[in-house]
Amino acid sequence: MPRDTPDTRAESRKANGARLILQALQEQGVEVVFGYPGGAVLPIYDEIFKQNSIRHILVRHEQGAVHAAEGYARSTGKVGVVLVTSGPGATNAVTGLTDALMDSIPVVCLTGQVPTHLIGNDAFQEADTVGITRPCTKHNYLVKDVNVLAQTIHEAFYVARSGRPGPVVVDLPKDVVMDMGSYTTAPRGIKRQPHKTYQPAYEPDRASIEAAVDLMVNAERPLFYTGGGVINAGPGASKTLINLVKTTGFPITSTLMGLGAYPASGPNWLGMVGMHGTYESNLAMHGCDVMINIGARFDDRVTGNLKYFAPDAKKIHVDVDPSSINKNVIVDIPVIGDAGVVLKEMLKAWKARKQRPNPRALKSWWTQIKQWQARDCLKYSQTGKTIKPQYAIERLFELTKNRKTFITTEVGQHQMWAAQFYRFDQPNRWMTSGGLGTMGYGLPAALGVQLGNPDGLVIDIAGEASILMNIQELSTAVQYRLPIKLFIINNQYMGMVRQWQELLHGGRYSESYTDSLPDFVKLADAYGMAGLRVTEPSKVDATIKEMMKIDGPVIVDVCVDQKENCFPMIPSGAAHNEMLLGPEDEAGKPISEEGMVLV
Amino acid sequence: MSSNIYEGSVPTARLKDTDVYRHTIAVLVDNEAGVLARVIGLFSGRGYNIESLTVSEVDPEAQLSRINLVTSGTRQIVEQIKAQLGRLVPVHTVKDLTDEGPSVGRELALVKVDGAGEDRVEALRIGDIFRCNVVDSTTTSFVFEVVGSSEKIDAFIALMKPLGLIEVSRTGVAAIARGAGSLEPRKPGQSAKKAVNSRAKSAAAAKKASPKRKSAVKKAPARKTTTKKSNAGARKRAAKR
Repeated sequence: MPRDTPDTRAESRKANGARLILQALQEQGVEVVFGYPGGAVLPIYDEIFKQNSIRHILVRHEQGAVHAAEGYARSTGKVGVVLVTSGPGATNAVTGLTDALMDSIPVVCLTGQVPTHLIGNDAFQEADTVGITRPCTKHNYLVKDVNVLAQTIHEAFYVARSGRPGPVVVDLPKDVVMDMGSYTTAPRGIKRQPHKTYQPAYEPDRASIEAAVDLMVNAERPLFYTGGGVINAGPGASKTLINLVKTTGFPITSTLMGLGAYPASGPNWLGMVGMHGTYESNLAMHGCDVMINIGARFDDRVTGNLKYFAPDAKKIHVDVDPSSINKNVIVDIPVIGDAGVVLKEMLKAWKARKQRPNPRALKSWWTQIKQWQARDCLKYSQTGKTIKPQYAIERLFELTKNRKTFITTEVGQHQMWAAQFYRFDQPNRWMTSGGLGTMGYGLPAALGVQLGNPDGLVIDIAGEASILMNIQELSTAVQYRLPIKLFIINNQYMGMVRQWQELLHGGRYSESYTDSLPDFVKLADAYGMAGLRVTEPSKVDATIKEMMKIDGPVIVDVCVDQKENCFPMIPSGAAHNEMLLGPEDEAGKPISEEGMVLV
Repeated sequence: MSSNIYEGSVPTARLKDTDVYRHTIAVLVDNEAGVLARVIGLFSGRGYNIESLTVSEVDPEAQLSRINLVTSGTRQIVEQIKAQLGRLVPVHTVKDLTDEGPSVGRELALVKVDGAGEDRVEALRIGDIFRCNVVDSTTTSFVFEVVGSSEKIDAFIALMKPLGLIEVSRTGVAAIARGAGSLEPRKPGQSAKKAVNSRAKSAAAAKKASPKRKSAVKKAPARKTTTKKSNAGARKRAAKR
């Protein structure tokens, strides 16, 4: 039997569990697996060695494997696959799995486990993986019989990618993996399984669509509010969204996770909404009378204080996950379905209507929005001898916008500046940890993105504190010659924490100074990659151009202003129309007790 | 327009009600290892309240278990609980017995009473009134088996307190809807909405008892499934770029 062709007729032929796993992955179209070996998964690694249709990427920490799989999944639309060993391997993966669950990213994580007769005996490298990952995955499995192994893996892929995508763990005891069993192909191919219980609904109710469009044609101050759900629905959904926005002429804003679905260069774009969103989008959200939420979940970073959220708006909520509806915000018209399908239906229904919104009302809404835009809330001044972080990111955008660029970020002020100043015109180009906010996400995610898009220019915009959390993945970049660019916005502080301490805790910067930083240029050299540093504003462009020219991984240490704060900002507990626009605003309004708890 | 539109949804005005209500929810699940842990983890993880919970296998062939839950919360929270339960992969169906028509709930309690003299006699008499069985007796104590609604059992225990009550063991509520409808498992490939539609349609068809009619009704869901498949296929094709 040829080693590396998927053998899908072999239902009566027996092979060992590890071989069956590889066969199932091949049938699912897996090209890359991110992992780290260990005792419990040795048989699987042996089978990986013997084949070459699936490529294994050795990371340096299991958390990095899961983040890499997330970056791969978000940038390509495919399911990311992780392979880690039992015990500490599985527990190290937990942070990444929780991150994938919060941001709805399809990941299948295969974890090793001690043999079935040793489960529960506190064996070497044993952990109750299924118990630990139960709350942080969409679903998990413990395979106890080799004859259901292949079927379980097919089911895991189906659950990971269907409905609202999410992480799935398959726990594989070593004796099951070494046992002989027979292979079963994915039922009805890999696309549509007749799963007995889990069948998410993709098509919306006719009545909901009609009711939603009824609201839309009568709107006077409408607003589209899109989120990660549009990205998950595929590039087709983005195209339909652009079409719908153009046809209706409504303004559109997006969450952090939804950036790129509607192009930032589009005429109706208002910028990101939320705690660090633009002035015009936050005021539009506060003052709208019809809010059309497509694939977003009314996260607290977007809504601010729920008591004052969009007080006059009738809300339409389009989501594939019924439990997302009415969870934080009670909406008027829920529409359960896939974002792409619903957008198509809405467009059809809109075009079939004769009625259109009052053109004068719409015009005056746009006039009001243009007045808000004139405030130019993102302005900053690049004067003097220190680089402003916003300047560095803006220059990065200007010099990379004509390339096929992918941006990943870590978490903190640099993440917010990246969202504000790097303008995305396509989906699947922006990978960030939104829901969980995991520092250390960006570097391993960039590895996954580069592997999924070999011709792309992949840049991790990082903070110096965040990038140290998974710095060990530099080895992975060098080993596989992945030419990722690490653009470190180095302000020597955990910027976001410091900003909050300035606002809430009287400037007592408790443990937010990043002491004893390594010299990043020397660190790059130690890992065998290029390192650049820039400290002067006039040299920023040249450094970025040099970074792009280097054929290989590069660290760029951008030394920026240490005291710059990220504005606009809606302090926690405040409403959308109580934004702070700059340092002069901070003094005026103290944050309430209630607000302090919500940071 | 302030009413939620999709079938089975709750109007907006009711969702804003801040009063706390008690609901009995029946959940039909696959009898796989860890499914109860999943449900309990859901409640504890999100801070929902479990007043009572029972679980037992109800169909050994089809490997189905039924979980009866009594929970309390505002209208919005109860709707969230049902949605979160429905989202769990091994869950077939979630039914709110308090909302969806009249239902009957029963609980069993074993109550140990240790009294002497007049108290002992009084306890027996009250046990009679409540139609209890005495399942254990010694010269000083009795164990009563009492079956009924939670209120009846609460009342019985309250009456036993001054008569020497020393221990109570309760099962929690098992509940079922009144009438001829039933909590059905899903067929493979059938979404929750289709299951609701096809149940209603096959119940209507059964009433008409005409074979031609029946098969015509049954075909309708199959056609819809095909459309769903091709749409899902289109979505996947779009995703593959």
